[in-house]
Amino acid sequence: MSARDASYTPWAWTRSLFGDGNILRLLIACVVIFVVMSILRPDVFPTPENFLSMGSQFPEIGILALAIMITMLTGGIDLSVVSVANMSGVLAAFVIRALIPADAEAGQVALGLAAAVVVAFLTGALAGFVNGLLVAYVNLTPILATLGTMTLYTGLTVAMTRGNAVFAENRLVFIGNTNVLGFIPIPLIIFAGVVAVFALILNRTAFGVKVYMIGSNVNAARFSGINVRRVLLMTYILSGLLAAVVAIIFLGRNNSAKWDFAPSYVLQAIVVAVLAGVNPSGGSGRVTGIVLAILALQFVSTGMNMLLFTISGGQFFKEFAWGALLLTIMVANHLSEQRRLRITRRSKPET
Amino acid sequence: MSDVFLSLTHISKSYAGVQALDDVSLVVKPAEIHCLVGENGSGKSTLIKIIAGVVTPDQGEIVINGKPFRRLTPMDAIREGIQVIYQDFSLFPNLTVAENIALNYELSRNARIVRWGQVRQLAEAALGKIGVRLPLDAEVESISVADKQLVAICRALVQNARLIIMDEATTALTEKEIRALFKVIHNVQQEGVAVLFVSHKLDEVLEIADKAMIIRNGKVVVDVDAANLDRNKLVYYMTGRRIEEADYDYTPQQKRPLLEVIHLSSRGNFQDVSFSLWPGEIVGVTGLLGSGRTELALSLFGVLPVDRGEIRIDGKPVHINSIQSAIEHGIGYVPEDRLTEGLFLDQSINRNIVIRTIDGLTGRGGLLSITRLKERARQWIRDLSIKTSDPELPVKSLSGGNQQRVVLAKWLASKPRILILNGPTVGVDVGSKSELHDIIKNLAREGIGILVISDDIPELLHVCNRILLMRRGRLAGMFDRRELDENKLTSLLTESTPAAPAASTTQSLSPQIG
Repeated sequence: MSARDASYTPWAWTRSLFGDGNILRLLIACVVIFVVMSILRPDVFPTPENFLSMGSQFPEIGILALAIMITMLTGGIDLSVVSVANMSGVLAAFVIRALIPADAEAGQVALGLAAAVVVAFLTGALAGFVNGLLVAYVNLTPILATLGTMTLYTGLTVAMTRGNAVFAENRLVFIGNTNVLGFIPIPLIIFAGVVAVFALILNRTAFGVKVYMIGSNVNAARFSGINVRRVLLMTYILSGLLAAVVAIIFLGRNNSAKWDFAPSYVLQAIVVAVLAGVNPSGGSGRVTGIVLAILALQFVSTGMNMLLFTISGGQFFKEFAWGALLLTIMVANHLSEQRRLRITRRSKPET
Repeated sequence: MSDVFLSLTHISKSYAGVQALDDVSLVVKPAEIHCLVGENGSGKSTLIKIIAGVVTPDQGEIVINGKPFRRLTPMDAIREGIQVIYQDFSLFPNLTVAENIALNYELSRNARIVRWGQVRQLAEAALGKIGVRLPLDAEVESISVADKQLVAICRALVQNARLIIMDEATTALTEKEIRALFKVIHNVQQEGVAVLFVSHKLDEVLEIADKAMIIRNGKVVVDVDAANLDRNKLVYYMTGRRIEEADYDYTPQQKRPLLEVIHLSSRGNFQDVSFSLWPGEIVGVTGLLGSGRTELALSLFGVLPVDRGEIRIDGKPVHINSIQSAIEHGIGYVPEDRLTEGLFLDQSINRNIVIRTIDGLTGRGGLLSITRLKERARQWIRDLSIKTSDPELPVKSLSGGNQQRVVLAKWLASKPRILILNGPTVGVDVGSKSELHDIIKNLAREGIGILVISDDIPELLHVCNRILLMRRGRLAGMFDRRELDENKLTSLLTESTPAAPAASTTQSLSPQIG
């Protein structure tokens, strides 16, 4: 151990927990918003009913944000997630209608639902595979490639359904209506599961590390013998699979799938990812950030609704609040980054 | 007006305890070509940055045009007519030649409307001054490196430069382009503009300098009229008494070559190259930029395609058509530009070291074992003496020499049998350099075959036991280390064609001077 180790502080472990400070700021934002809202509306905000309601609202956007995150980590983006979710949902609904007659027994229902889920996942994987091919092998810019496939997948879905909604015969509504143990919505459990698996993939597999390395410097990744194309392809497939998970939740909530459902979710998911501190040019971002960012945004929008519901047009305040939160956190990150740069520049010798 | 344009007296500068410049004084007169000579890490760049106002010295006085500056800023320096042409030229690739030359000046008028006619006129006039013709409307990214440099010179002239500093201006140029550049420099001199020409190439210095200042380890060794210099003196001044490095003595270990390259060609890159590499050998591959040395390395590593010829490893022919296939055959490559090709700057030192071998670092349930990952990285940090307070810090927190060790560690971790090092000590300070050389020699003693691609002559001589010389894509010679010394290798390296010795080129320049 050399004299340089003097710079090793007892606080070093916090870095592994909070990363570059962004996570800490998000955590503070979450707590502050929560406390402020609880003080302003103690009667309705910090209540079990409200937790239940909030917990059932954000899982879809949260999962879509994870899809945006993994593609962003490689320096790309996947704009097609919602269109993939709608396409997968429509195909899954077709399967349900075809395989489960109205008087089906429990076994038949289970089999049919399993088939529907498998079809949704295959659709998501295939759509992601096409995105991955375009990005990794044809070398299209991700934003343009997935903008193209977004339109393509939406068009396919319209063609398959003639523009109509496809109903899932109430076979999946239990997902949207059931609360496990009376207070945990199923979508929230799905979200938690996806977060756990995703965190494991990103932090504890060679694939996950390679995703970060490619986003950090794709050239060095190539020279280090990483099969960049394969990793990118896997990344977009994973993004498609997440969209398929969202498709199932959509079906559970709406009992139907339609080509034009929730188009605004793409941009909202990007907002979450950016707020979470995922670097749009790749290489950094944490799953913890996504969880905190979606929580902060949910607290803000629910809180705003509660504060302003009496005012006409108050519900539109949600967008404003999201924007304001995003800008605040980004400005804070930028300022702290600048301060850090100044310090390192002052203390570091030039070569 | 005095006849001194710039004077620096007793300039000192240290970074974190390292003395980069120690009591350096320099006087530049108008229309003088002053060479600043020194090896990598000698303090040349720091001195340039001080003159440009980018770095403030700890001590010393700066006087420009008779005006003393306590704290010279970059704006001051530009206003006084100091223009630096860095190695990357800082041009706008998407703008035209004319726009690059004149736009800065035109914009500095602070007018709301750009006078496009004026832009062209200014550009044309500047090109006229240095006696060259360039297509005014060509986009800068489409012209050659040499032409880009001329654009940068013209831009400096348009901004009323009185002193142009050229930092390693010839690195990326061919012999012919260097000749042309020297002509231009003399034309610039005719305009009354001084040139501070920074270089470590002896022939260039002897050819172009009026005066030459040689610095070593931050101190001025000598500052004399170029007429008093010759090649041997320059070599002595530049290298001086330095850390004595033992040459590498290679003892043949095995009977079979590790790598054989037979009549290898890659269209447009190199032709008909044949050589072999034995276990424990360190073979240098040298040549000027554009000689095909880097391309040869890239072909061996599967980056550039091979058209003809054969590569054999352990006597067996192999097909190397991708980086993956090169790696499968036990070849490692430490790239020339460690920042863009070697390192993941924002990622941790740990991750940078283990990325090559990360697939094997699994623990329970097939998941990555963080403990094993850190243990593996710690072992390399120790073995290569990488100085860091915390290996979880991003690799960009390290100095150049330590960064290079990280790139080395990344490759060594995967136990290559053949290691290609492209410019292993570029941008590394002098002390760290000899340590890296020791590491390389030890690796070879363990039986790895090493190719060192470099144009650093002392480095080649200290590290290699054989040296291949490339010229215009062909192997121009193969030498045992013992046949060579610094002078011989220098002249081998710089002589382009047998018909262009230094004397005749001076002659061809003289009409321009007169």
